[in-house]
Amino acid sequence: MGCKAVNYELVAGFETHIELATKTKIFCGCTTQFGGEPNTHCCPVCIGLPGTLPKLNRQAVRYAIMAGLATHGEIAEISKMDRKNYCYPDLSKAYQISQLYAPLSIGGYVELSNGRKIRLHHIHIEEDAGKLIHQHGDTYVDYNRGGVPLIEIVSEPDIRSIDEAREYVEKLQQVMRYIGISDCKMQEGSMRCDVNISVRPVGSEKLGTRTEIKNMNSINNIAKAMEYEFERQVDLIESGGQVVQETLRYDDATNTTSSMRSKEDAHDYRYFRDPDLVTINVSKEEVEEIKSTLPELPTEKCNRYVEELSLPEKDAQLLTKYRNISEYFDKACVGVKSPKTVANFIIGQIFSRVETEADKEVFAVAVSPEQLNELVKLLDSGKIRNNLAKSTLEKMLDSGKGALEFLDESDMGGLDENTLNELCRQAVESNPKAVEDYKNGKEKAIKAIVGNVMKNSRGKADAALAESKIKELIG
Amino acid sequence: MGTISKIHEMLTTKQCSCEELAKSYLDQIEKSNGELNAYVNVTADEALATAQTVDKKIASGETIGMLEGVPMTLKDNISTKGIETTCCSKILTGYKPIYNATVWDILSKENSVLLGKTNMDEFAMGSSCETSYFKGAMNPFNTNHVSGGSSGGVASAVGANIAAFGLGSDTGGSIRQPASFCGIVGLKPTYGAVSRYGLIAYASSLDQIGPITKSVEDAAIVFDAISKYDDKDSTSKGYSGTSTYETLNNDIKGMKIGIAKEYLDGIRDDVKEAVLAAAEVYRSLGAEIVYFDLPALKYALPVYYIIACAEASSNLGRYDGIRYGYKTEHYNGTHDMICRTRSEGFGDEVKRRILLGTYVLSAGYYDAYYKKAQNLRGTIVKAFDEAFEKCDVILAPTVPMTAFEKGRAVSDPIETYLTDICTVPVNIAGLPGVSVPCGFNAKGMPIGMQIIGKSFSEAQILNVAYKYQQAAGENFKDTKWGVKL
Repeated sequence: MGCKAVNYELVAGFETHIELATKTKIFCGCTTQFGGEPNTHCCPVCIGLPGTLPKLNRQAVRYAIMAGLATHGEIAEISKMDRKNYCYPDLSKAYQISQLYAPLSIGGYVELSNGRKIRLHHIHIEEDAGKLIHQHGDTYVDYNRGGVPLIEIVSEPDIRSIDEAREYVEKLQQVMRYIGISDCKMQEGSMRCDVNISVRPVGSEKLGTRTEIKNMNSINNIAKAMEYEFERQVDLIESGGQVVQETLRYDDATNTTSSMRSKEDAHDYRYFRDPDLVTINVSKEEVEEIKSTLPELPTEKCNRYVEELSLPEKDAQLLTKYRNISEYFDKACVGVKSPKTVANFIIGQIFSRVETEADKEVFAVAVSPEQLNELVKLLDSGKIRNNLAKSTLEKMLDSGKGALEFLDESDMGGLDENTLNELCRQAVESNPKAVEDYKNGKEKAIKAIVGNVMKNSRGKADAALAESKIKELIG
Repeated sequence: MGTISKIHEMLTTKQCSCEELAKSYLDQIEKSNGELNAYVNVTADEALATAQTVDKKIASGETIGMLEGVPMTLKDNISTKGIETTCCSKILTGYKPIYNATVWDILSKENSVLLGKTNMDEFAMGSSCETSYFKGAMNPFNTNHVSGGSSGGVASAVGANIAAFGLGSDTGGSIRQPASFCGIVGLKPTYGAVSRYGLIAYASSLDQIGPITKSVEDAAIVFDAISKYDDKDSTSKGYSGTSTYETLNNDIKGMKIGIAKEYLDGIRDDVKEAVLAAAEVYRSLGAEIVYFDLPALKYALPVYYIIACAEASSNLGRYDGIRYGYKTEHYNGTHDMICRTRSEGFGDEVKRRILLGTYVLSAGYYDAYYKKAQNLRGTIVKAFDEAFEKCDVILAPTVPMTAFEKGRAVSDPIETYLTDICTVPVNIAGLPGVSVPCGFNAKGMPIGMQIIGKSFSEAQILNVAYKYQQAAGENFKDTKWGVKL
């Protein structure tokens, strides 16, 4: 960031499109599956043949209500579908059925880790358009995606930094995945962001002229584009120019933004109520019923792990990042004395085998949470010691077998006092150098002697107890 | 008269075979269509195939339904699978739907014999059938006069006995007005009574499909068949009442028939006299005639043209030459292709309404026009609700005049818009209305009156219409054309 930029504040708002994971499209019975030969997931309705009529998919409404509730929005008892008119070959009816005048969810917010709440203006439902394919100098249209249900989450201009922007998008992604309404895969286009961005002198309350960067398809690109656009606007103002309200596209190859259309060329969408669709009524009872089926959301879950399970904040965040991990953790914790131990096993040993974010999200681990729970309970009851538990977990992860496959009676029998005394005596005798060092004030030398006891007891000895006995022996 | 019940009787008593019947209709189409121009597409092969199926059923002793084997037609904006459906627009030439409109699904399952698709104003925009890309359909009473519009082809064909009945669509009078001009019966059902699925949209919140028939009984028979709830149309409710056919002959003694003064303003004298004479017929049948004011009617025409054009501008956006229909030959890029296709493919009246509709929805004008029109639409709905506290049905002229001579509508579009004054209020309020012939003017051209009822009161308005038909049967006349049964 240039030195002048420090005098400016970034102001951004997001319009985020998320494809809903319904089995069928929003206004017909065609599949929503990604891919497929062009124009094979189509019917007269979604290619907009003359005379066809839309029929609203109630599951899409339900998912949108879930999204509204998960972001603390108010669900409208009465909402309506509108037509957004514009002409483009990928839009088969020359209008997109959307919501403007009476959207489904009003208000709400997304809370960031710094405590700031990014307010939402509303969430509405709409249909996706098809896709243009440019090939050999010709343009083809594929309507497979046309009519896939979307929600658009429109935020207020409350975002003040690129880090906040990044976190906002990640939070939305996390929450929508938790409630299971979308896979939010930016690379496949099931989540796309338009970023509205302006700058103003630090301390100023007045909003600057904004530009809109369209169709961002990765969080890294959002960050890079915003950084570029912020500096561009600051430079423009500092050099006596003015920001022009316009729609931009971001080119990630050159890391620059360029104009798609100016305010003068902006579409007049001529929104009006779609006469083909009736009012969407959502009763208070339906909202309550849907609310009762929502899973515990990541922020609440994270807070609970910290407050009730006494996990460090960092651990709680790692465990709640994906719903599958947190559910794994919850199951593995049932009835255990120390959830922290469970957390350590997951974050340490298990995570080392589940490296990518994609794998973490799926979290298909060879050891079931019940198997981990059994292992931790053996540890809790003192039947095995930590070292043995760790090595056993490695074997479990290699094989998918339970702990008892690798532990016999003698492993879990504990160590009687006499045996421990004997092992300590042997250890002192066989490590004269360490004994000498300890006596000369090298405190740490005792660890080698304890280690010897642990090794010869195959991990069953209580290390603390062994240490005190060794100290006694050395005198 | 070639009514449905007459044909049904002839078929079941084996006075003729269904194939013979279909052939005689096809022959008469062949003879008269050059002058009438009612049909834009004759489907002889399909008609004969269906007729043979019906004949086999009759031969094997199976009973047949009322509409089975009846030769009929569909307005060319009702989608028929595999049969060209053009809305009489250049832009849809060559378009063969891959699915059936729900009404045609119902009737084709009943083995109704489709003789062909009939002429209409382009995209149902017009009152004379003359905005058709294929030139207008003519009036069977006098072929120098128009058939009316927009369902002019259906009215011309039924009036000329080259179809026993037909289905039209009514957005601002497009069933009732041509029925009135051609001296036959036209029913515009309650909005939601008949599925719109497959009806190529003009103005979605006003469009309704309905029957155009020789008699009131026929209108009841067809309405009973097609007024079914359809899951594919979100605005469909279906007709929940009993069969309207069953109650046609109910006594109307004591019924209150209302006449709103505003409906008689600016009406030609011969039309006004015929309607008032019909009121006297009702009085003689024991009905009470009540007069009242309906001042909200003065908003009806502007409200109609704003809402209809707004919806049309959106509904007609899809005709871009990419997927079906007409596509310009020479172009430079996608944008140019769409512009040229639309410029060449749409006629003047359609372009005029798209422009008007685009204007009233534009940023800065929406509140002044579209929103205000929607509010006034509410006012009109309320005014009718109040009117029906004073009377059971409303009697009014269908059109302020009789069928005009050809060419006049095209030369003065504004005057033509004004002729819709009596028909549009019903569409705005979503009410049912039936036009019934009620006399002839000095030149022998038919005059029509309409009976308007509350939502889903089709049984009542058809009952009232039928009583008139019984009392004044001389107003239901055959023309020189077509099949004589």
